[in-house]
Amino acid sequence: MFKKILIANRGEIACRVMRTARAMGIATVAVYSDADAGALHVEMADESVRLGPPPAAESYLLGDAIIAACKATGAEAVHPGYGFLSERASFREACDAAGIAFIGPPTKAIAAMGDKIESKKLAKAAGVSVVPGFIGEIDGTEHAVRIATEIGYPVMMKASAGGGGKGMRLAWSEADVREGFEATKREGLASFGDDRVFIEKFVEQPRHIEIQVLGDQHGGLVYLGERDCSIQRRHQKVVEEAPSPFVTPEMRKAMGEQAVALARGVGYFSAGTVEFIAGADRSFYFLEMNTRLQVEHPVTECITGRDLVADMIRVAAGEPLGFAQDDVKLSGHAIETRVYAEDPYRGFLPSTGRLTRLVPPQGEGVRVDTGVVEGSEISRFYDPMIAKLITHAPTRAQAIAEQAAALDAYLVRGISHNIDFLASLMHHPRFVAGEAVTTAFIAEEYPDGFHGNPATDATRDTVVAVAAVLHATASERAQLIDGQLNGHGAAFGTDWIVQLDGTDHEVTVEDAGGGFAVTIDGTDHMLSTEWRVGEPLLRGRFDRRDIAVGVDALPVGYRLTTAGASHAVRVLTPRAAALAKHMIAKVPPDLSRFLLCPMPGLIVKLDVAAGDKVEAGQPLATVEAMKMENILRAEKSATVKEVRVKAGESLAVDAVILEFEV
Amino acid sequence: MLKTLAELDRRRDAARMGGGQKRIDAQHAKGRLTARERLDVLLDPGSFEEVDMYVEHNCVDFGMAEQKIPGDGVVTGSGTINGRLVYVFSQDFTVFGGSLSERHAQKICKIMDTAMKVGAPVIGLNDSGGARIQEGVASLGGYAEVFQRNVLASGVVPQISLIMGPCAGGAVYSPAMTDFIFMVKDSSYMFVTGPDVVKTVTNEIVTQEELGGALTHSTKSGVADLACEDDIDALLRTRTFFDFLPLNNRDGVPFRPSADDGERLEPSLDTLVPASANQPYDMKELIAKVADEGAFFEVQPGHAANIVIGFARIEGHTVGIVANQPMVLAGVLDINSAKKAGRFVRFCDAFGIPIVTFVDVPGFLPGVAQELGGIIKHGAKLLFAYAEATVPKITVITRKAYGGAYDVMASKHLRGDLNYAWPTAEIAVMGAKGAVEIIFRGKSPEEIAERTAEYEARFANPFVAASMGFIDEVIMPHSTRRRIAIGLRKLRTKKLENPWKKHDNIPL
Repeated sequence: MFKKILIANRGEIACRVMRTARAMGIATVAVYSDADAGALHVEMADESVRLGPPPAAESYLLGDAIIAACKATGAEAVHPGYGFLSERASFREACDAAGIAFIGPPTKAIAAMGDKIESKKLAKAAGVSVVPGFIGEIDGTEHAVRIATEIGYPVMMKASAGGGGKGMRLAWSEADVREGFEATKREGLASFGDDRVFIEKFVEQPRHIEIQVLGDQHGGLVYLGERDCSIQRRHQKVVEEAPSPFVTPEMRKAMGEQAVALARGVGYFSAGTVEFIAGADRSFYFLEMNTRLQVEHPVTECITGRDLVADMIRVAAGEPLGFAQDDVKLSGHAIETRVYAEDPYRGFLPSTGRLTRLVPPQGEGVRVDTGVVEGSEISRFYDPMIAKLITHAPTRAQAIAEQAAALDAYLVRGISHNIDFLASLMHHPRFVAGEAVTTAFIAEEYPDGFHGNPATDATRDTVVAVAAVLHATASERAQLIDGQLNGHGAAFGTDWIVQLDGTDHEVTVEDAGGGFAVTIDGTDHMLSTEWRVGEPLLRGRFDRRDIAVGVDALPVGYRLTTAGASHAVRVLTPRAAALAKHMIAKVPPDLSRFLLCPMPGLIVKLDVAAGDKVEAGQPLATVEAMKMENILRAEKSATVKEVRVKAGESLAVDAVILEFEV
Repeated sequence: MLKTLAELDRRRDAARMGGGQKRIDAQHAKGRLTARERLDVLLDPGSFEEVDMYVEHNCVDFGMAEQKIPGDGVVTGSGTINGRLVYVFSQDFTVFGGSLSERHAQKICKIMDTAMKVGAPVIGLNDSGGARIQEGVASLGGYAEVFQRNVLASGVVPQISLIMGPCAGGAVYSPAMTDFIFMVKDSSYMFVTGPDVVKTVTNEIVTQEELGGALTHSTKSGVADLACEDDIDALLRTRTFFDFLPLNNRDGVPFRPSADDGERLEPSLDTLVPASANQPYDMKELIAKVADEGAFFEVQPGHAANIVIGFARIEGHTVGIVANQPMVLAGVLDINSAKKAGRFVRFCDAFGIPIVTFVDVPGFLPGVAQELGGIIKHGAKLLFAYAEATVPKITVITRKAYGGAYDVMASKHLRGDLNYAWPTAEIAVMGAKGAVEIIFRGKSPEEIAERTAEYEARFANPFVAASMGFIDEVIMPHSTRRRIAIGLRKLRTKKLENPWKKHDNIPL
C-alpha cells in the first residue's frame, strides 16, 4: 500500500479523498492555486504544494507541475478527483513515465472513453445502442448546421472534452446552431483546452441513469447498481439518487451487464461510470463513460456500504477487489443534492464571495461533503459548489424527508445559494412520486423560474407560530433592560398580529411549560423550542413535527426561511396592526424598461445599439461571469433607447446595460 | 358631583379628537397617523400620560379668537419604552396644520424642562406646517424658546427627532440640534426654504423630495440619521434604538441581559482580511461577529458609507462602534466621514457610552474638492472628538492604519485605553510603495521594487508599533469579541477628566 498520495484537485473532492486516505493511514499532499492558499483542502493535507495563479489552466491543469510536486514530496500515487486532469490520458501517461501510480483507470480506457467521439465509435462497435449523432470533426458553423439538419432537431452540441454540463448547448433550430456553435467551441477551449465539438440527436423526455462500475487489475469487474440523475438544470445535475425509483431489477441487471461488458472491452479497472439515457419504455441508450470518480458517487457508497475512494486506492496499489457481483447488496435509499452558490431567485446566476456564516446540518443518515468552512471564499475561478448534501434512509420517502429537513437546517449566509430551490424539489409531488421524473423536470415545473416554494397551510402556520414566539420571546427579554420606571417592564399581553404575505393573523402566545401554546386565527397549536434571542436557526417541534427555521432579523420583523422559501414577517400589537392599515403600500420602481446586469461580470458583446427594434428572445448582450457566457435576451419586443455600457466593461450586479423606449 | 366628572370625560374626548374626524381622515389618506396614534405605537401600551391637554392659544388676531382647539396642535407628556421613562411631544397636523404657536411651544418647553430635571430622554415627533403666522413674532419667540432648551439639554439627556411630515423654515433648527433625526420616506421633508422660494431666488427647479426628502437627507446631506419606510416602521425602529441609549449623562449605559457568551470565539474572522492589500472586505461582518447576538443598529448607513457608525451591545452593555469601511472608497477619511463620525464620538462621550473603533484606513482622501472644502478643519473634528473623549476607548486595527489617519482613529496617543492590532495590521506613515518613491526618489524601478519589499518587511506588520508601546497587544482575529468584552469589563470603572474649561473650541 502507498505511504503518501497527492490529490490533484481542490474543493470538496480533494477533502473527501483525503478523509479516506487518512483513515487508511496514508499521508496526503494537497496542491493549490493562489486563490486556494487558505482553502480547507490545503489545511487538511499533511503537506501542500503551490501550483500557480488562480486560473485552472495555470494551476490545476498543469500536469508537469503536479508530477513535479509528487516527486518533491515523495508521493507515490496521485488521485485526480473529478474534472481537471482526471480524464486526460496524457496526464495518466506522464504519471506512468514518471513512475507515479495513477489512482484511476488505465490510459487506454481513458483515451478510448474520454473522447466522446471515440467512445461512441467503440460503443457502437461493441453492439451497444447509441443515440444517433455525427461522429467526427466539424469544420465550422456551416458544417454544423448541415449535420444538425440531417440528424433532425432538436440536437445537442457538446464540447468533445466536456463534461458535467459545461460546454453543452441545445439547439431547437438552425438559428440556435448558428448562435451557439462558436460559443460552445469557445467554452470548450476555455474550460477544457479543446475546442472540438460534436453533435447528436437530443432524446426528448429522457431519464438520466448511470451505472457505477468498479474493477481491479486482475480482471475483477462489478457494477454497483445505478444512480438516477434525472433532475438536471441545463444539463447540470442537481439531485442524484440511488437506487433509481424507475429501474426494475431486470433493467438494473441488463444495464449493469452492458456497462461491465463495455468496461471489460477497454480493459477497465478502478471506478468508472457508464451513463445512459432511458426512455419511458425502459429502453436505454449508451451516452458516455466517465473514466473517473463521479461527483455523485456518495449515493452509491451509501446504498452499497462501500468506500469507492478506498477501493480506487487499493486497486491502484494492485490489490484485488475482494468481492464479486453476487456480494453487491443494495440497502436503503440515498439522495444527494448539490448545494451551489447560485441564486435561484435570479435565474440561477452564480454568486461569489465570502461565506460569512456556514453551519451544515448534522445527524444520523446525513452526510455533507464540502470543501469550505465558515469564512471560506467561493471563488469566481472554479465551480461554485458549496457542498453535496446526502441523506440515507431505509426508504426513498424517508430519505427525501430527511433531505428536506437537512436543507431547512443548512445555514448559509454571505452569498446567494440554491437551498430554497433544492428544498422546493424535495417537496414537489412529482419528484416525491418519482415515477414521472425526466431530465426536463425542472424546465417543465419551473417554466418561469423559481420564486420560492409555494407555502402550504402547514408551512404558513409554522412561519406564523415561529414569528409570534420569536417576537414574544424577544419582547419579554426587552423588558429586562435596567432603569425601569415601575420596577418592571411593560405588559404586552399575549395577543399579537402576525403579518405574512399581506395577511394579518391573530395569534396568542402563552407559556405552556416546556413549550408555547399558540393559537392562530382561533386554532390551537403547540410549539416547543430552546431558541434564544439572536440565534440564526430555530429548531423545535411544531404540532408534533420537527422543524428548523432560519431566522434573520430585519429592522422591524424577521425573515424566516423554511421548506424552500423565505418569508418576511412582522409581529405587531393589535393596536399597531390596526394603525398599520393606514400605511400606503410602496410600489417598487418599474425596472422593466431597463436591461440590468444579472450578475457581476464582464460585457463581452453588445448586439444592439440605440434605436434598434428588438423581438422577444433576441440577444441583447453577452455577459461573461464564472467563465460562462450568458446571453441576455429581450423579454418582449421593444425599441432600444440608449445603451449605457461598452463592450469590455466590468459591471456590478443590477447595473443598467441599456434602456428601452417606454 | 357625577356631572362634574362627566365633564372631564367630555373635555378629554373633545381634546382627543384634535382637528376633527375630517382632518383625521385626511391625515390617514396621506398614509400618516395622527399625533396620538403615533404615541400609541411608540410607547408601551397604556403608559402615556398626557399633560397640557386643555392648553389653547392666546391669539385674537385674524379671527383666531373663535378658533380654539384644546391642545393647540401638539400632544405632550411622558410614557415608557420597554419600561424606561421618556418625555415626548407629538405635533398634531390636524390642528392648525400642526403650526407652532406661543402656547404650543410652551407645552414643548414644559416637558423638556421636566425631562431635564428628572434626567429622561426627549423624543419629538415633528409634523408641522411651520410658524403660526397669525401670531407673528410670538410664534418665532416660541421657536427660540424651544431652541434654547434643545441646546441646554444637549449632552444632558438624549434627544431624538422623528420627522413625520413637513418641517420647514425655522422649524428645522430644533431637530437639527437634537442628537438623532429619523425621517419617514415619501411623507416627510426638511428644508430652510422650500422649492418655490428656491426657484424665485436661484432659478433652480427642484421637488420637495429632492430638496429635503428622507432619501436626500439620509444620503447626500447627512442631516438625517435614518430613512424609514413609513410611520409604523419609524416608530418601531425608534423603540429598538431607544433601548441602546442611556437615560441621561449620569446614569451610564443601560444593561440588558443576553445569552450570547462574551468570550465567544469566531474562527472565521481569521480569514476576514484578504491576502491582497488592495482587496476590500466588509467591516460590518466583523461588527456583527463582535456584537451581542450579531445586532448592530447602524445610523447614517447611506451617508459617507466609508465610515460605519452605530450602536451594539457587548455582554448586554451598549457600546458605540466606529469603523472604517474598506468596501467604500477603501475606507478613506474625507470631509463627510470625519463629520459623521466626529459627531457620533461626541454623542457617545457625552453620555458615557464606551467607544469601540475598528481601523482599516489608508489615509485622508486627496483632492482639490477636499482641500477647498476644508478637509483640514473637518478632519480635525474627528481628531478633536476622539482626543477629548474620556469614555472607555478600545481600538482594533485590522489592516491599514496609515499616516495622520492612524493618529485620528482613536490611537494610543489620543488616550486610547486598549489599542489592539490584528497580525495583518500595517501601521505606517503611508503605503510601502509611496514611501519608497519618496525616500528613493529617482531610483530605477528595480531598486524601487526591491526597497518596497524591504519597507513592507519592516513596516507592513503591527510589531514596530507594538515595540514602541503604541499597540498594547497583537491579538488573534478570532478572539476579538473576547478581548473587547474583557477590556470593557475592566474599563467599567474608568475615571478620567479633562481640565476645567467653560467649553472647548472644537473646529466647527
